[in-house]
Amino acid sequence: MANWKINALTRSLWVFHLSAASCNNCDIEILDLLTPRHDVERFGIVLTGSIRHADVMLITGIVNRKNVPRIKRLYEQAAKPILVVAVGTCACSGNMFRTSYQFAGPLDKIIPVDAYIPGCPPKPEAMIDGIVKLIGKLKGK
Amino acid sequence: MDIFRFLIFPGFLFAALVGLIFTWVDRKVTARLQWRVGPPFLQPFYDFGKLLVKEITLPEKGERFSFLSAPFFGLLATVLVAFILGLTITVPTRGFVGDLIVILYLLVIPALAVIVGGFASANPLASVGASREMKLIMGYELPFILAILVPVIKSDFSIQLNQILFFQQQHGANIWSLSGFIAFLVCLLVVQAKLSFPPFDIAEAETELMAGPYIEYSGALLALYRLTRAMLLFLLPLFLTILFFGGVSLSGCLLLPSILKILLVLVLIILIKNTNPRLRIDQGLRFFWVNCTLLSVLAILLAYLGL
Ligand code: SF4
Repeated sequence: MANWKINALTRSLWVFHLSAASCNNCDIEILDLLTPRHDVERFGIVLTGSIRHADVMLITGIVNRKNVPRIKRLYEQAAKPILVVAVGTCACSGNMFRTSYQFAGPLDKIIPVDAYIPGCPPKPEAMIDGIVKLIGKLKGK
Repeated sequence: MDIFRFLIFPGFLFAALVGLIFTWVDRKVTARLQWRVGPPFLQPFYDFGKLLVKEITLPEKGERFSFLSAPFFGLLATVLVAFILGLTITVPTRGFVGDLIVILYLLVIPALAVIVGGFASANPLASVGASREMKLIMGYELPFILAILVPVIKSDFSIQLNQILFFQQQHGANIWSLSGFIAFLVCLLVVQAKLSFPPFDIAEAETELMAGPYIEYSGALLALYRLTRAMLLFLLPLFLTILFFGGVSLSGCLLLPSILKILLVLVLIILIKNTNPRLRIDQGLRFFWVNCTLLSVLAILLAYLGL
């Protein structure tokens, strides 16, 4: 991507949150980011309801046989450039479900992942750190 | 000269800039009300620039032409509103008979554009959103027109904006009379619906319809919609200021009170937005058809009696 494109993108990240069969703890921690304590709107980060509007796709939970086609489909429907962030150990590696018969991941086997935020669930601070690292990576630092 | 007025001041560029700044005011006040810090000043500009960079996706089964052209029609109508309202303020002699009615018509077009775009995207959620938007228009247009009759009646049945302004210069702003106050309240609620802010964000309903009619839009087309919305966020309070608060003045020491008047209307809108949950579509319709319509009929009667 060109430099000005990256600049435009990183100043206003709209996040689409996909819960791919998570236990919901990760999702609750993501919502913490929007509360007064962390308030990521300070950096222009807001949640959107439609994948077409999103710049970041946050995926939580274990990738399993049932939701692989859906994850792929959503990734294809997104307006590019789209960044994918795997939140939680489940999405990053499979956590304790990695030996399950249903397990079809981890996520980076299905779609390219730009950032991993491990933790079960990761702390909101860890997620902000992950986003900062993602922006750093985009800018080539 | 008119091209300049249309494109730069007080037309497109000026209204777009002020509109984006007003969007920031909206987001900041909302954030403060929720005890948050809120976005930086340039955030609406960043958002707009970012959307221009993104890919434009077309829905597979959608109707291409309407899908692509709808945002432009909405924006065009909004720019015309900006032009006419701006002329009324900057060059008061340039008004024409019936410009009030033209503005009423033009203000419907952005909502129509949203409906057309929503239906053209062939997405079930967008269709539901668009049909709700359509019902909502039918709901709020009646009380809106009735309420706007009040300043018309007060200024001796003149349907020209600068006559209404002239009347208010002579007799004091419309808001200070009982009928004017009631009509202003009704208009404020209608404006809330026109901006699709809660409690009337029935068409977008982000928790049930994700983004309603906008759901399939991305990139520059979405940016156009958001720009239209931002401009309306400036133009509708301006319109109400002209009708009820005696308009704005650009000269010297009167500029500050003028800005404060518009900001007052804006903050009222933001406060209503932040303190009310979303209505169902039938509740919204009943609210407009029964409560608001009755109120505005009452206001008209009072205006006839000269109150
Ligand atoms: S990582 Fe932990 S908290 Fe997150 S979805 Fe998996 S099990 Fe739940």
